[in-house]
Amino acid sequence: MPAFELSLLLSGPYHALLLAGLQVSLALLAVSFAVALPLALLVALAGQAPLAPLRGLAVVFVESQRSVPLLAHLLFWYFGAPELLPPDARQWLYEGDVEFLAAVIALSLYYGAYMAEDIRSGLRAVPVEQLQAARSLGLGFLPAMRHVVLPQAVRITVPPLLSQTLNLWKDTSIATVIGTAELMHQAAKVETESFRSLEAFAFATVCYLAVSLAIAAAAAGCQRRLAPGWRP
Amino acid sequence: MSFAEVVDTYWLYFLVGQYPQGPLGGLALTIVLASLGLLLALPAGLALGLARLSPWAALRWPVTGLIHLVRAVPLLLVIFWVYFFLPSITGVKTSQFSTMLMALVVYDAVYLAEIVRAGVQGLPRVQVEGARSLGLSWLAAMRLVLLPQALRNMLPSLVSQFVATIKATSLGYIIGLSELAFVTTQVNTQVFIYPTQLYLILGLSYFVLCFSLTRVAFWLERRLAPVSGQHPKLPARQPA
Amino acid sequence: MIGFDNVNKWYGRYQALVEITETIARGEVVVVCGPSGSGKSTLIRTINRLEPIDSGRIVVDGENIHRRGLDIDAFRSRIGFVFQQFALFPHLTALQNCTLAPVHHRRATAAQARERALALLDRVGLRDKADALPSALSGGQQQRVAIARALALQPSILLFDEPTSALDPEMVGEVLQVIKGLARDGMTMVVVTHEMGFAREVADRILFMDAGRILERATPADFFNRPQHPRAQQFLADLRSPFTS
Repeated sequence: MPAFELSLLLSGPYHALLLAGLQVSLALLAVSFAVALPLALLVALAGQAPLAPLRGLAVVFVESQRSVPLLAHLLFWYFGAPELLPPDARQWLYEGDVEFLAAVIALSLYYGAYMAEDIRSGLRAVPVEQLQAARSLGLGFLPAMRHVVLPQAVRITVPPLLSQTLNLWKDTSIATVIGTAELMHQAAKVETESFRSLEAFAFATVCYLAVSLAIAAAAAGCQRRLAPGWRP
Repeated sequence: MSFAEVVDTYWLYFLVGQYPQGPLGGLALTIVLASLGLLLALPAGLALGLARLSPWAALRWPVTGLIHLVRAVPLLLVIFWVYFFLPSITGVKTSQFSTMLMALVVYDAVYLAEIVRAGVQGLPRVQVEGARSLGLSWLAAMRLVLLPQALRNMLPSLVSQFVATIKATSLGYIIGLSELAFVTTQVNTQVFIYPTQLYLILGLSYFVLCFSLTRVAFWLERRLAPVSGQHPKLPARQPA
Repeated sequence: MIGFDNVNKWYGRYQALVEITETIARGEVVVVCGPSGSGKSTLIRTINRLEPIDSGRIVVDGENIHRRGLDIDAFRSRIGFVFQQFALFPHLTALQNCTLAPVHHRRATAAQARERALALLDRVGLRDKADALPSALSGGQQQRVAIARALALQPSILLFDEPTSALDPEMVGEVLQVIKGLARDGMTMVVVTHEMGFAREVADRILFMDAGRILERATPADFFNRPQHPRAQQFLADLRSPFTS
């Protein structure tokens, strides 16, 4: 087994490759999160809507996303979906960063579905008596939601949303399958070019661990701040 | 070539790969791999879960650390470690199938450990005390009283974990294992003109498999009203 | 038979047991009462080490039971404990609940354990429920099975931690009846309970606790007719007030 060469990771072309990969991974995380969360809210609200077709649509969306592996979603958005576009649009697409775009679409939809489920169960976890009790104190529907139901629902929902974010972070690695130049992709590239698998994967491991721990710490912090001695 | 002809030519390949002329692949490999992975992970997951619950700190802390470590990195990274790095220690190239199987067992064991822990901790505390007050040791209390109840409550979670495992097998694609997603891409490369349809069929196949299992889990959950305690609240779902 | 020697216990900064010194003799039936939060349950749970103590000694049958290295499982198998929440094992039938521990401790063959368990279930009036799962039994029935389960190990001491507090009122009587029968047979018992009628009828001695201390030790007659400590007087007065009884 070859010795560990730290210098490889601290400077030079491999260092640059890996660092660029980390940046792309973080960008995937940030953009996908920013799209997934509002999407999840919309889907969760649609799931509560008084219109049956809207509720049905929300269910179909959530189930179809969750019952298919992220990798298959990625393949579809990268290989399958562009064929549906008119040739001009396709041309324009292929000139841009189509790997990044397809990854963001797949990750956002997939995690939008999971987060929608978290939000839905957060809303359902607040006992219906809470709303009734607030209404019986003379609060209107919106004030009752705002002062009584939502504060409780948010406390219940934030921890699962954060652990979903952690999953999103880990799953950005799967974008490597369509050639998005994220961290896993670059680590594998360094491995192929230099045969230094130990160094390349050690770098990736440390990066994934560090960001995961940061998200986990944020989750723990939220739990403490949102719910001191408070139970749903 | 019309799409009907594509289906006619490749449906068997899609289902079983090159089998019986070559190695098993396609949908069959996906199912075999997921089943084996979960099955082999069961004893390990049980042992890890018990270690995490155990009153002996020397056992509890290292296992807790291991579980947190594996849960903090992508499954794909575990796969890469096994596939690219393990051979440099053993000197033998690890096949794609054994790589995937090993990675899945590690991953499933860690998630099962959390399911076991949640299952036992979901039982009323007085169950432990009741067992201990009869003079049962910690291990005997686990084996005779707590685990039989917890395992029953855990059944729906086990089915959900099977779904997660099926989805995780798709990562075999990345190291060239000819499971369902890889086989579909092979067909796409040969046919070339129907990518949308082919990948929709891929998604639909996973959907039918996973969604029906999810319904089974849901049905089990309602059917097996817990004998005591609650269904374990799952640690957030496994990716992939 | 049970001796407390200057026992102290803290939960963080809150002291749950304060300088407890007390002796309970063989064959004695002792009722522990007091307001909620007074430390009664903690006290009884230290006797079979369900709760650790911070200082002092508890000696049972000549054995210091909080010493390190004691075979606590063997010790507990000689002490019966009955919980407020029954703690029956829901995946086992009433009979299996009663045979589990004797067979596990190799006190009896499966056949002997079964024989004895059936006799015990008969004694608590539930022989016909031997094959029922706990979920099919009423609260009172479950608690009677729990008593039979504790008796199946032929304990030298029985501890009851508020055995009727989780029961609907109409089921309290059947459980107390069983406990009274055991008292008549000379079993050593420590009972934490709010059932003052039961205490008056069955107890040899009453310990009144408040804020982690034993404030009064008296015969039932003295305790109910001539309570000495002001807190005990207050406690009994509250019990008699129409709003709390």
